[in-house]
Amino acid sequence: MALLQISEPGESPDPHQGKLAVGIDLGTTHSLVATVRSSSAEVITDEHGRALLPSIVRYFEDGRVDVGYEARAAQADDPSNTIVSVKRFMGRGVSDVAKYGALPYRFVEAPGMVAIETAAGARSPVQASAEILKVLRDRAEAALGGELFGTVVTVPAYFDDSQRQATKDAARLAGLNVLRLLNEPTAAAIAYGLDHGSEGTFAIFDLGGGTFDISILRLTRGVFEVLATNGDSALGGDDFDQAIATHWRVGNKIADARGGDTRRLLAAARDVKEALSTAQHAEATVTLSYGQKARLQLTRAEFEQLTAALVQRALVPTRKALRDAKLTPAQIDGVVMVGGATRMPQVQRAAQQFFGKPPLIDLDPDQVVAIGAAIQANVLAGNRGGDDWLLLDVIPLSLGLETMGGLVERVVPRNSTIPVARAQEFTTFKDGQIAMAIHVVQGERELVSDCRSLARFELRGIPPMVAGAARIQVTFQVDADGLLSVSAREATTGVESSIVVKPSYGLSDDEVARMLQEGFSHAAGDRDARALAEQRVEAEALLVSLEAAFARDGNLLSAHEREGLAAPMGALRELREGADHRAIKAAVESLNRASETFAARRMDRAISGALAGRRMEDLR
Amino acid sequence: MSSAFTRNHFELLGLAPGYAMDLAQLESRYRELQGQVHPDRFASAPEAERRVAMQWATRVNEAYRTLRDPVDRARYLLGLKGFDTGEESNTAMPPDFLMQQMEWRESVADSRASHDAAGLKALSDELGSERADMLRQLERAIDRDSNYDAGCSLVRKLRFLEKLEEEIDEALA
Repeated sequence: MALLQISEPGESPDPHQGKLAVGIDLGTTHSLVATVRSSSAEVITDEHGRALLPSIVRYFEDGRVDVGYEARAAQADDPSNTIVSVKRFMGRGVSDVAKYGALPYRFVEAPGMVAIETAAGARSPVQASAEILKVLRDRAEAALGGELFGTVVTVPAYFDDSQRQATKDAARLAGLNVLRLLNEPTAAAIAYGLDHGSEGTFAIFDLGGGTFDISILRLTRGVFEVLATNGDSALGGDDFDQAIATHWRVGNKIADARGGDTRRLLAAARDVKEALSTAQHAEATVTLSYGQKARLQLTRAEFEQLTAALVQRALVPTRKALRDAKLTPAQIDGVVMVGGATRMPQVQRAAQQFFGKPPLIDLDPDQVVAIGAAIQANVLAGNRGGDDWLLLDVIPLSLGLETMGGLVERVVPRNSTIPVARAQEFTTFKDGQIAMAIHVVQGERELVSDCRSLARFELRGIPPMVAGAARIQVTFQVDADGLLSVSAREATTGVESSIVVKPSYGLSDDEVARMLQEGFSHAAGDRDARALAEQRVEAEALLVSLEAAFARDGNLLSAHEREGLAAPMGALRELREGADHRAIKAAVESLNRASETFAARRMDRAISGALAGRRMEDLR
Repeated sequence: MSSAFTRNHFELLGLAPGYAMDLAQLESRYRELQGQVHPDRFASAPEAERRVAMQWATRVNEAYRTLRDPVDRARYLLGLKGFDTGEESNTAMPPDFLMQQMEWRESVADSRASHDAAGLKALSDELGSERADMLRQLERAIDRDSNYDAGCSLVRKLRFLEKLEEEIDEALA
């Protein structure tokens, strides 16, 4: 396989040698993959020319898996093995999915997250999502003619930490190198920002199949800044289908629908809903399981009346987001519509009335997120020059800790620009207390029970002191993907203990490896060959990059320090020739750790140089 | 060697340490620096460089967030001068401010009880102009008079106003 090419830092690589990078919109109802080819972003279609892949996964007893249109065609006949809208279950427990109402699945409690009992055994939402991602990966690799270097996967801006973690795990499970998790509305803004060269403050109104997101973004001189974000993770186009189906069931006295009938009614409702975006009247005929044929119809006026409350629900988070951004509707320069559900005239009208201006609808609302993700993937892969835009994103929900009485102490407020770290001090409650239970939560409410529990861990080894004397500093670090890690240490007596936790829904590397093993139909030899190829590329990239760094900035290290790096580099060079991919992986990790000081000094030199340059400028 | 990482927020953003702040300049310096260190610039770099980029971007965000907010900026600047604003420990306020404080609290409680949104809005406007006035005093106290004790006292008052405004916001929501 071809080795990755690495250009000098800050210099643009040959545009004809760009790395293969794609953007994936992993949606509730359908998913898409897009890429940048000859400097324009386009959606990659399947062999039938279709851009959308229905986000539906059907499991068979023999381990076979159908994804997309085939799975969708079977959903009414095999509802319990056909997972629809799996995005709603990502990072969710049994009690969460109970809130979604009657669903045709056998949910089982699994560590961290709900799983669904299928003909092929229990499958987690992460695994089902990975099946969708694998299909998109194969589609992209076939179209682009090579293995993908990196992928940007989009998530709703309002996704909490466990949902983000689950999404990233699914991508890893599908064998994708995730360059960044990107908020869907931000992706939409990137797509619009570039196509229109716009500057100003924009509202991204994203009504998808299952979620509603509203984000307020400012675009200035190449910087995309998310000012505020809000949403409703249980409001989407599916709810409009439900409203129609319920109306029919009641109006036509259709007996309590069975699993398959519910699906048939919903499918008919979706068709009628889509037809009503352009027509004033639409109808459908459904054959129910007990033989009854039902002729169902609806006018646009009826439809709008049935769903007026749903449309109003979208305006609640919209108002909150504007308040957080300290803006009025009139101060918004443009309203970008995203998600198939924004094709509904009543939704566009509500946005127009609220903001006092017609919304932007010139890009396909189904494709705009994937297009934006592809553009960002192209930038992150380093396929463009150094004068590119910068994306400054925020965390959607506050992060905090449980304190006495089940109250939440907020540590990182929502809408903080990421990456962000905040530390807060806590102390002991009892004399001689030597351990502390730390419970990390996410949400805006004051009671722990109203927020989402992300992780629990214990800090042990606190020296015995009187109550209130210990100083426990808890640090929250949120990275550029919006993912959290927490550490805690006791610092009064110089005794320190610290622990870094991953939120409870995150999968460990071992778990991902195990799931990969279960999921792969390839022989063990193929799997090892792929892993070896990947690790060799990784090793080569690291060595090439470090050698270039030595050539430029080697004088930042003492002779002794240079020797300290030469040893692990030599070891990696040797292992790279061998066939043990685990040994190469371990050597890459150890060289990465060993070179961190060097990386820090290089960054320091770059920044100091820039600061000095600025002082010269100021003197002029 | 002196590390750029440990410079104070003003030095890091290349600004003269002072209370008066040209926000446009602050923003452009922030963006310039973030453009150099942001993890997006290192997305395909080795892990060590990505980690360093995250630490730097975190540091730059913290500096910008602190200097952009007029109360945080004052607290930080006073800290650099060796003065602790002591908002948690020092709750002593001048008697006239205490009186005023009680009046405001009562009107929030009254308006809340009677669902008087217009009353809350009026109070919010009053607090807003009070706050603007205190910020002007803060600039005088720190930049012109170097009266840092007065600066600390103003920060404590402003912190109180912030809490009250949060309460009003919640009541209005």
